[in-house]
Amino acid sequence: MKPPPFSHHAPRDLGEALEVLAGAGPRGKVLAGGQSLIPMLNMRLAAPEHVIDINRLEELDTVEAGPDGVTVGALARHARVARAGVHPLLGQALRLVAHPVIRNRGTVVGSLVHADPAAELPAALAVLGGSVRLARAGAAPRDVAAAEFFTGPMESALRPGELAVSARFPALPPRTGTAFTEVSRRHGDYALAGVCAVVTLDDDLRVASARLACIGVGPVPLVVDLGADWKRAADAVRERAEPDGDVHATAAYRLHLAGVLARRAVEQAVERAIGRAAREAAA
Amino acid sequence: MTAEHEITLVVNGAARRARVPGRRLLSDCLRHDLGLTGTHVGCEHGVCGCCTVLLDGEPVRSCLTLAVTVDGREITTVEGLAGPGGLSPVQRAFAECHALQCGFCTPGFLCTVTALLRERPAPTDEEIREGISGNLCRCTGYQNIVKAVHRAAELLAEES
Repeated sequence: MKPPPFSHHAPRDLGEALEVLAGAGPRGKVLAGGQSLIPMLNMRLAAPEHVIDINRLEELDTVEAGPDGVTVGALARHARVARAGVHPLLGQALRLVAHPVIRNRGTVVGSLVHADPAAELPAALAVLGGSVRLARAGAAPRDVAAAEFFTGPMESALRPGELAVSARFPALPPRTGTAFTEVSRRHGDYALAGVCAVVTLDDDLRVASARLACIGVGPVPLVVDLGADWKRAADAVRERAEPDGDVHATAAYRLHLAGVLARRAVEQAVERAIGRAAREAAA
Repeated sequence: MTAEHEITLVVNGAARRARVPGRRLLSDCLRHDLGLTGTHVGCEHGVCGCCTVLLDGEPVRSCLTLAVTVDGREITTVEGLAGPGGLSPVQRAFAECHALQCGFCTPGFLCTVTALLRERPAPTDEEIREGISGNLCRCTGYQNIVKAVHRAAELLAEES
């Protein structure tokens, strides 16, 4: 249970980090919070030759909230982003990420790049239609939309030599509510299944659009656009989800859970959207 | 290729130097390089919470932190919780409420709870349970640990 040997690099700025990453290519791995990478090293599931430790890149420790959304830098830890209170769905997702102590070190962008199919933050990014910014030495950074970013279990569009420098979570439109529900065997474990929902109401407070993202039921977050037909949430999810069974839960149970959680998430999001619409009307 | 690194950690108020390979976990650096065996190592993949220490006052898993990453930072281990007057209020509350049996998980709980009470001086049951949710104890059933956290909050309030 010790990491295999590697060369440790501690660049002082982004330019240096990108140079080192470019040199290491596929033999390099970026270390930010380390709350997923170090267990993988300890269990010898990963054995990179070069670890590029970005913990000195304070320029990436940023949470910027604007009218269009929130941009989270690669070194912003879960706890800090949650404390900033800048996005309702992000806050709801972060409360479900592991335990408070893990959230003191783990980073939001790191969770996205890790791309665990049962993790909450990829679903939050996917349901909101957010994006990840990837930088490489000697080239302009590129923004990859969530729909293209998650490519498989623990796989993303990040190429060797690239660093995910930030992620953008779009702001919610008016009269919008969100919710995140999940079921896990133990508090703080990865979920057996989970669903987050974003619901927007029209001027007459009827549901105009409802979008869900499900976790634990496929290789990447499953986004389901319900349009105005939010009452079909459970059926719509069960028609599209293709979960695998494992020692923790059978495929059939996961499918059942996904449906129940979809209904709960969308109902809660509708309630919150009504509450928010009332507050917005009063303001 | 795996060069050693000269690092300095401020551990329990004293600057300590160590020469470590990049892969040295903070938990092993504290225990083996610095001889501070109060930090316990249980699962070594971030599940049990035994190895929790304070990094610049915030609880973190020392088994999921590389020693080189925290070069120059301040670490508090269980050895650093007691003051010149003896056990800290959190330590006294744990003893008083019988919040430990075998004691293996206790260093992690003490560090976690010390930080929890700094952030929330009068936590509710729910806040305590959420706060300690990342620490496993196989002996106590947690009831006395929750009691001890309330008692520690009282002791801290009396002393401030």
